[in-house]
Amino acid sequence: MIFGYAGKFLEVDLSTQNIKEVRFSDEVLMDYVGGRGLAAKVLWDRLGSRWETVDPLGPENLLLFLAGPLTGFFPGGRICVSGKSPQCNGVVGSTVGGEFGVDLRCAGYDGVIVVGEAEKPVYLFIKDGDVEIRDASRIWGMNAKQTVAFLTKECRELLKKRYPKKGEWREPSILYIGPAGENKVRTAVVAAKWSHAAGYGGYGAVMGAKKLKAVAVKGTGPLPEVADLEAVQRLMQDVCNNAYESELWRRWGTGAAGYDVGAKQSSEPVRNWQEEWHDERSFGVDQFENRVWVKSYWGDFGCPTTCLKLAVVRAGKFKGAITDNPDYELQAYLGTNLGIFTPEGNVYLASVIDDLGLCGIQTGNVLGFAAELFQRGILTKEDLDGIEPKWGKAEAFAALARKIAYREGVGSLLAEGTYRAALKIGELKGVDVMPYAVQVKGIGVGAHGIRSEKDYPEVYSYACSVQGGDHTSVAFMPLDEPRSEHIRVFDDSGVICFFNTFGIPRNLVFDFYKAVTGIELTKEEWVNIKAMKIIQLQRAMLLLGGPDLQWNPEIHDDNPLRFYEPLPSGPFKGKTVEKARVDEEKRKYYELVGWDERGIPKSDFLKRLGLDDVDKALEKLR
Amino acid sequence: MAEAEKREAIWIARDLSKCSGCRRCEVACSLFHEKRIWPEASRIRVFMLAPGIEFPHFCAQCEDYPCVEACPTKALSVSTETGAVLVDANTCIGCGKCIEACPGKIPHMHPTENRILICDLCGGNPQCVRVCQEGLWNVLMIVPRRAHSFKLYARTPEEITRDLAVKIFGEEGEHLL
Repeated sequence: MIFGYAGKFLEVDLSTQNIKEVRFSDEVLMDYVGGRGLAAKVLWDRLGSRWETVDPLGPENLLLFLAGPLTGFFPGGRICVSGKSPQCNGVVGSTVGGEFGVDLRCAGYDGVIVVGEAEKPVYLFIKDGDVEIRDASRIWGMNAKQTVAFLTKECRELLKKRYPKKGEWREPSILYIGPAGENKVRTAVVAAKWSHAAGYGGYGAVMGAKKLKAVAVKGTGPLPEVADLEAVQRLMQDVCNNAYESELWRRWGTGAAGYDVGAKQSSEPVRNWQEEWHDERSFGVDQFENRVWVKSYWGDFGCPTTCLKLAVVRAGKFKGAITDNPDYELQAYLGTNLGIFTPEGNVYLASVIDDLGLCGIQTGNVLGFAAELFQRGILTKEDLDGIEPKWGKAEAFAALARKIAYREGVGSLLAEGTYRAALKIGELKGVDVMPYAVQVKGIGVGAHGIRSEKDYPEVYSYACSVQGGDHTSVAFMPLDEPRSEHIRVFDDSGVICFFNTFGIPRNLVFDFYKAVTGIELTKEEWVNIKAMKIIQLQRAMLLLGGPDLQWNPEIHDDNPLRFYEPLPSGPFKGKTVEKARVDEEKRKYYELVGWDERGIPKSDFLKRLGLDDVDKALEKLR
Repeated sequence: MAEAEKREAIWIARDLSKCSGCRRCEVACSLFHEKRIWPEASRIRVFMLAPGIEFPHFCAQCEDYPCVEACPTKALSVSTETGAVLVDANTCIGCGKCIEACPGKIPHMHPTENRILICDLCGGNPQCVRVCQEGLWNVLMIVPRRAHSFKLYARTPEEITRDLAVKIFGEEGEHLL
């Protein structure tokens, strides 16, 4: 027996309304852990043989909400959302903070597997072993704040009615979609609270396609039994002490980076990556702290870092806007990338994006793309339904975001995400607009550029990642370096928050895993065998792709074209990425992870990992 | 025990709007009392009826202890040492009369056992305060128990949420619930 697991997973078929419990063998749990790793395994086992034909937005796709054995124990609660991605047509392990994973495990489940598609809007309500598919027609169409308020009230009333003698019931933990997910927008998120989001992958659209508005869970049991409680408590304290020691990191979260990454590292997207440098003091962390943060420490379950901050605009034309931080990624994508350099404009746009259930990164990416096409006269005011997305005009970008969330007019085109929109606009206008699409394999690149080489991703990091432009999972050599996706896949499978691993020895995370599960795991075994298997599964499904898109690694294992242009400004003016160097690094990376010169996982490498069926499935690509 | 060493009764002073929602108090409380991480068995529970308005909900140790008065089996008593309400698990019949009597509806039933959960101040060294202070959030702080109107702090989650929403969000706060 493995400690640290609730032991059961819930499977809900929305087409037949059948609800059952499923279990995985100890062997599978030991190899794939949970979260992202287990998602890759489940998706491969169930859909791998016909992967190319599975429509991410069809009833055949699976939607997975998977915790891991460390969820709730390792400080900082997260859950992993996955399925076949409507952005990259492979598999993304998309994690989101909150109490959902903890509540779910206290209810006796390590995860929820959703299959099929409901006829009418529904939500799932899980109270320990009682699982209901409930009508959601009254909340379909609601924005984030309305949805959370409604479900909090309804679920608490249900609990009160059913268990009147229990005392005051707390709110359930909720994952949900906004209007964007309902309308199957490919940049839609699965959200928690108001502003927490599993963005990468576009699983909000998958949830919307299944007509699943939300999942609410209240678990009243304890977290699963662990192998060594004393060790778990000691390690929890170590993680907390480390976080407490970096007070400014706690105080500012990633919010200091909106200024720093632009001004110093020069790797922040500015006006759709036309520049990566700015020195706008108006965007300094002090401005955020003093003007809009009403709570300087805001966190999820057990978190010592509390890197979130609650932001409210108190005065001026954006008065009443509420969001978190915004964190660095949203400062960049809903700020500098759109030429917005004030906390108020940034908070306002982030709050609009939150309410609509859109991803701040992916939507900021496609908005920047549209704005550059407008700047260049490729898209006109008429093309954009009368909206003029000029740099810095937060209201215009908000208007465009609403069009996207409701798929109205030009919004329907942009709702397809940057890559697909670029293909269509190119066709409509007879101009190649791909040079302005800053994405890799259908996923907009996170707000960390590579041209200055002062940030963490390397020149091949996005090109070779199994999650495309996702900045939280990049390819890196050596494979056991903390930023490498071979390491990060452990965080996403554990499922833990990467930000609470900053500054602690990596081995501590594996010690933590052992204290919880009782299973010895070394970094070497993880990187070379277990993570390697997960990465190969993700790579295989990414390359198989389909049905609407397929990636050819010889073409698509590459950077956005923009990264080959010289930086036009800042301390690294003129610096660019050499294509020859990317190719050379790529070759080295391919060799290290067992891919042939065309980027296809090699037969003997896969067989050595015991992935014979994957090898067979990839035969057609060789 | 010598007079000088005798512990003074304590009260946990609280500044709810500073709560980060980290719930480390629940982790500490349930580990101390249940030897498990068990949020719903924690005697201090963080409510979040609206995101951003998290706060710990736990015994205010009213000066007149209405819960103790209301207990039909005398399962509840006041610790002479700490001033905390103590629950005798063997005598408690889980009737819920103390919940009704509490102005803040603070006591709640143990998730798996038929007995009520009320903060016992961990015998004088509250674990929730320890972790809250350690994290520098300082929502919770131990002060000597003097003659103040502690009962004012026994309020329902809805009442507290409404007040904090206005404090934190201003006018917007009125519309968020």
